[in-house]
Amino acid sequence: MTAEKLLTRNFDRADSHTLAAYRETGGYTAWDKAKGTEPAAITEEVKKSNLRGLGGAGFPTGTKWSFIPKGHTGPVYLVVNADEGEPGTFKDRYLLERDPHALIEGMLITARAIRCDKAFVYIRGEYVDPWRRFSAAVSEAYDAGYLGRGFDVVVHRGAGAYICGEETGLLSSLEGKKGWPKIKPPFPAIKGAFGAPTIVNNVETLCHLPHIVNRGAAWFAGLGTKTQGGTRLYSVSGRVKRPGVYEASVSITLRELIHHLAGGVTGNGQLKAVVPGGSSAAILRADEIDVTMDVDGLKNAGTMAGSAGVIVMDETVSIPEALMVVARFYAHESCGQCTPCRESTGWIYKMTRRIVEGRGRKDDLDTILDVARRGAGTTICAFYDGAVGPYISYIEKFRAEFEALVAK
Amino acid sequence: MSIAFTPEQLAEVRRLQALYPDPRAALLPVLQMAQETFGWISLETEEYVGRLFDLSPAHVHEVVTFYTLYFQAPKGRHVVSVCHNLSCHLAGAPRILDHLKSRLGVDVGETTEDGRVTLLAVECLCACEGAPMMQVDDRYELDLTPEKVDRLLEGLP
Repeated sequence: MTAEKLLTRNFDRADSHTLAAYRETGGYTAWDKAKGTEPAAITEEVKKSNLRGLGGAGFPTGTKWSFIPKGHTGPVYLVVNADEGEPGTFKDRYLLERDPHALIEGMLITARAIRCDKAFVYIRGEYVDPWRRFSAAVSEAYDAGYLGRGFDVVVHRGAGAYICGEETGLLSSLEGKKGWPKIKPPFPAIKGAFGAPTIVNNVETLCHLPHIVNRGAAWFAGLGTKTQGGTRLYSVSGRVKRPGVYEASVSITLRELIHHLAGGVTGNGQLKAVVPGGSSAAILRADEIDVTMDVDGLKNAGTMAGSAGVIVMDETVSIPEALMVVARFYAHESCGQCTPCRESTGWIYKMTRRIVEGRGRKDDLDTILDVARRGAGTTICAFYDGAVGPYISYIEKFRAEFEALVAK
Repeated sequence: MSIAFTPEQLAEVRRLQALYPDPRAALLPVLQMAQETFGWISLETEEYVGRLFDLSPAHVHEVVTFYTLYFQAPKGRHVVSVCHNLSCHLAGAPRILDHLKSRLGVDVGETTEDGRVTLLAVECLCACEGAPMMQVDDRYELDLTPEKVDRLLEGLP
């Protein structure tokens, strides 16, 4: 159950962020291998590895790369999404602070595969220490000659907006604008940053690449399920004894993750509910945790793997209050571009709040469900669909608890 | 106070602009620099930064108002941002926020009369393993208790 540690293997070393420590543990040997490999062969290997994007959408990484137009002559950009912001997720912060060279090596490999000579790393503005750590590693990599010889890295800081974690919102923000998502198509691989073909990949996704190159696609694919390879980092928080970042196979079950890795429920209390993939994932009841954590496993369970931010709730937690907190977040972070999202997130927050404060009306619950369902799928980006996940699942699975408040 | 960067800062603006295929991409970092220099982003600062980018003040204003890390009014010497999202809420963030409000004598969004601290409630800062948590200027402070909050406040000049 506990997989070999790949991404977290150096996390306990005090000097894990340095070039010396990274090299000592095999760092940059994958790049040595990849730089003599044909770009198309790298992409093929990544496709075979079944690596899927670990930022939230779970899209197959090699397939994404292959969307770059063949024979394109102008610039191609790699943009690293280090705008971690999904509530309950903190693994990319660990990677930036504790293993920044793994990200740089993953970027070098990707750049070769997609024939890119410039990358932008978009780090959320609040991440000051991770930004400093990563910037220091970039300087080391320039001094050592890994960077600057046909591949340059620009570290870019965000300014506070959850929506910039959405890949086209991130590109708007990178271009110096408000972070409004863009209508797709065209997808970023065709027309992305500054109008050029662009691959946007999450930090953790890229950190897996050195291992895939060194040990092969078949080995990596074998670590996971049929449709998703590898391990991934789970951010576990809420009412558990040992909150933290855990690395395990994507085939681990939610039960194993909570009860074995994270030590079980705080104070040996009774588990009530779990959000398995960041706040945008539909909630699961305590009797629904025998599910594997891979993209398809959670999709089949009616929720999503998302960013693998696992938020645990015990019987002391009020689900209506939890939904109010989540609804406040979506109301605050809606970028305001699409009417259904801008209006619904605000109204639904107000309704959840009045329910929690004992001012709820009898038809509020059905109104929330109705508004949530009507808006789903009608907006430019996935933000509103992400809000709909919790709106519907919290109410449907814990309806009696909401009704008790409305009836008061 | 007249709003103007030093010659060294203007050189830094040009360096930042040259990092991108379109110089306008340096707008966010330059606004950050302006805020560090002038304390907050006034309409005058927006106009000044706009001129450095050949952008209308309206465009700069649209950007400044979109992001949470730009202050459109003077802020305290220190900014205390308490996370009130789900994991922190489950771990007692409301209690931490109430404690800060009463210790500082301000509501969320306000600055103490002596200009020392601005108190904010913010969305997930992605350090849920240390919930409840807050950011004090650049630093993340995890596993908060009222006692720890008091110690941190005492350490702020």
